[in-house]
Amino acid sequence: MTREAVMDVLGALFLALGAFFCLAAAVGVVRFPDVMTRMHAATKPSVFGLILVLLGVTLTLRDPKVFTLLTLAVLMQIMTAPVSGHLVSRTAHRGGLWDADHAIIDELADDNAGSAAEQASGSAGQAPGQDPVAGAEGQDAQADRDGGRR
Amino acid sequence: MTVIITVAAAMLAVAAALTLWRIVAGPTPLDRIIAADVLVGVVIASVGITAALSGTATGLPILLGLSLIGFTGAVGVARLIASPTAVRRVFDRRQALREEDSDDT
Repeated sequence: MTREAVMDVLGALFLALGAFFCLAAAVGVVRFPDVMTRMHAATKPSVFGLILVLLGVTLTLRDPKVFTLLTLAVLMQIMTAPVSGHLVSRTAHRGGLWDADHAIIDELADDNAGSAAEQASGSAGQAPGQDPVAGAEGQDAQADRDGGRR
Repeated sequence: MTVIITVAAAMLAVAAALTLWRIVAGPTPLDRIIAADVLVGVVIASVGITAALSGTATGLPILLGLSLIGFTGAVGVARLIASPTAVRRVFDRRQALREEDSDDT
């Protein structure tokens, strides 16, 4: 077999593997029990599948400009997938759209409870700017209790 | 090689149908927008497969543009769900209706 034919077949195999990972992501989104686990299934395998599709297209087309463009696309996807996952999971946690019994560890709830206790007990005389992170969390938690008006 | 790429395209079609099901059936808007994000990823992969099948790199800037702005849907929906109590109210009402239906049958 010529070198081109070998690279064509390898590229097709990478494409098939990448499509399989995208299928795995879709199956995970359908089958997992709640929002948080579906978010895991939606972000991780689909980015990896895109990397494999990148390799497959590069091997098939054999053009360095294509490789540069696709590397940029995959880098953008890697940078933006955590942003969307983080925002979705934060909204799900704050909105109570998630059954906390599904989790073994819930660090955000512990942090919120700790900072709320801190706000209630010791910070009556403190300036609001002293602990901006805990203050913001406390304000947001208070706004959530008030019904969403911030 | 064409057979393998056709199998890959068929797998992507099944993945798209599965994400469509989750967009229809997701109990919360977050489920729907997560599935739409996966659908954008499936579209990006299928643009790559089309480029590999046709042998030209003409369609690849679409892939770049989609990967740049494909996440804005999830960000927008997650920010627009600003009132957690309202979403919770709707969710609980629909849950109660679902339980009512299952009690009737």
